[in-house]
Amino acid sequence: MADKPTFYDVFRQRGVSRRDFLGFCALTATYLGLGPNGAASVAHAMQTKPRIPVVWLHGLECTCCSESFLRSGHPLVSDIVMSMISLDYDDTIMAAAGDQAEEILHDIIRDYRGAFILAVEGNVPLANDGMACIVGGRPFKKKFEETARHAKAIISWGTCATSGCVQAAKPNPTRATPIHKLVDRVPVINVPGCPPIAEVMTGVISYILTYDRLPELDNRLRPKLFYSQRVHDKCYRRAHFDAGQFVENWDDEGAKQGWCLYKMGCRGPTTYNACATIGWNENTSSPIRSGHGCIGCSEDGFWDRGPFYERLPDMQQWGIESNADKVAAAGAAGLGTAVAVQLGATAIKRVMKRGDKPDASATQEEKETQA
Amino acid sequence: MKHYIPYHQLPEGGIPPPVTIYGPGVRWWHWINGLLVLVLCVTGYFIGVPPPSALGDPSSLYIMGWIRFLHLASGYLFALLAIARLWLTFVEKGISHHLFVPAIWRAEWFDGFMRQIRWNLLINDQPKRYVGLNPLGGIAMLLMYVLPGFIIIVTGFAMYAEVTGHDSWQYALFGWVTTIFGNTMDLHVIHRLAMWVMAGFVCIHVYIAVREDVMSRQTMISSMLSGERQYRR
Repeated sequence: MADKPTFYDVFRQRGVSRRDFLGFCALTATYLGLGPNGAASVAHAMQTKPRIPVVWLHGLECTCCSESFLRSGHPLVSDIVMSMISLDYDDTIMAAAGDQAEEILHDIIRDYRGAFILAVEGNVPLANDGMACIVGGRPFKKKFEETARHAKAIISWGTCATSGCVQAAKPNPTRATPIHKLVDRVPVINVPGCPPIAEVMTGVISYILTYDRLPELDNRLRPKLFYSQRVHDKCYRRAHFDAGQFVENWDDEGAKQGWCLYKMGCRGPTTYNACATIGWNENTSSPIRSGHGCIGCSEDGFWDRGPFYERLPDMQQWGIESNADKVAAAGAAGLGTAVAVQLGATAIKRVMKRGDKPDASATQEEKETQA
Repeated sequence: MKHYIPYHQLPEGGIPPPVTIYGPGVRWWHWINGLLVLVLCVTGYFIGVPPPSALGDPSSLYIMGWIRFLHLASGYLFALLAIARLWLTFVEKGISHHLFVPAIWRAEWFDGFMRQIRWNLLINDQPKRYVGLNPLGGIAMLLMYVLPGFIIIVTGFAMYAEVTGHDSWQYALFGWVTTIFGNTMDLHVIHRLAMWVMAGFVCIHVYIAVREDVMSRQTMISSMLSGERQYRR
């Protein structure tokens, strides 16, 4: 392994100064919340450990994850992380093309068998032998299977790769299948979001590259570093939620005052992401900060839990445009009718009985007079 | 207290002697639990569909905060009382086991079940009298109260685990629920649907209790107050 260069060697070759390198280590350590000694340990790891190649594959997706990644907040971070990535294989941004590009992929699999990181953007359509996604003249399914088998670990970028996103929305005609359902021996780390936040992506990849292990994951394989809290938990509008102040219409006073968007269908309470803390575009804004509710883009099947502007999601099982409350209202109407019918029928029966037996009431009167 | 066969049918004629079927534990549980269900349904409805916005400064307002506090505190009590009710089944015998295990395999139970259906459809004229709960009422309680109650407790704690985080005991006990559903929005929907089932149960329960008390020649409401069931001609 001595002949393989370290990350630091690669950075120096690319003209990154030591000052910039240490700056990068400090930033990464901060994003990852590593504490005061974090920067030093990142720097140490990067200078001593051999570089781990990263192969970046694109399946059924829109490349918004790559777009987000390229816009990573700090230029230093994106430069350095990108130079780590582009060294290897990423068919969208690499310099090589065609046969040369495919050859690089073969070389990595041959030279680094079981030692490279596979980053997958998008998912794998399984229907019709994967004909819905052809890359390099072959179904993506084949390319993915060949590569994934030899990877050390797989990073699933974006909601496409982690749960299917819009391709897997009902009725999912191409049978788009998330990555973690297709591999069993290789560890998978899910980084959901449509797209994921750039700093989350660089943070995750820096963690894996520096520490040579996966960050701590939750029960749905997401790194706890960034996905352990809901958007609602750290929302800057949370005070308005607790106060009971809600935007009722997009043009009302509450919308101007920046009240809670819960009634406008905000999915913050059911969405695990770092939007509220890290923000987007160098923390310039985030969906909620720009006055629009969260649509829950990092959650499973968020396309099937619309409408985005209503708190209660539709229940397609009960027909379109029905939700829990409407189902309950129908049930209540049925119940009310049954009770009314039973009460009415009982009353009619009583009256008819009284009419049938005049002697019964007579005996009653007799008794009373006797008393 | 004696262990009774709850669905046991009493003879048509005469006035059978009164029986004590509910112990003090079950009676206290019933009324406190009824209050909690009311509080939980009202606050829960407003958590899903909040009341109109309050005007004023958020530093002095805490409306949703109080609604959620009431809901969560009552939810804890509801869960604790559910455990207590299970325990009472073994401690305070009477007919308390009928809520959880209707004896559907018994001929007398099934006969009573069919009789109650006919009685409620006004086909039978003469109401049957039972030692305890009639079979139809018992199975309705199981399917419309106990089952949704269980679902509500499990999904409720799973949603609460989202608030308390990965290191909490709520997450350790109920975090697995989120793995089943994936999107935790589903937990909210199921929790709300179960709430509506239970609200429907409360309506039927109150209506039938009053109706049976009037028409079925046996005490209903006062039995839950005194524990004793008395019979009329």
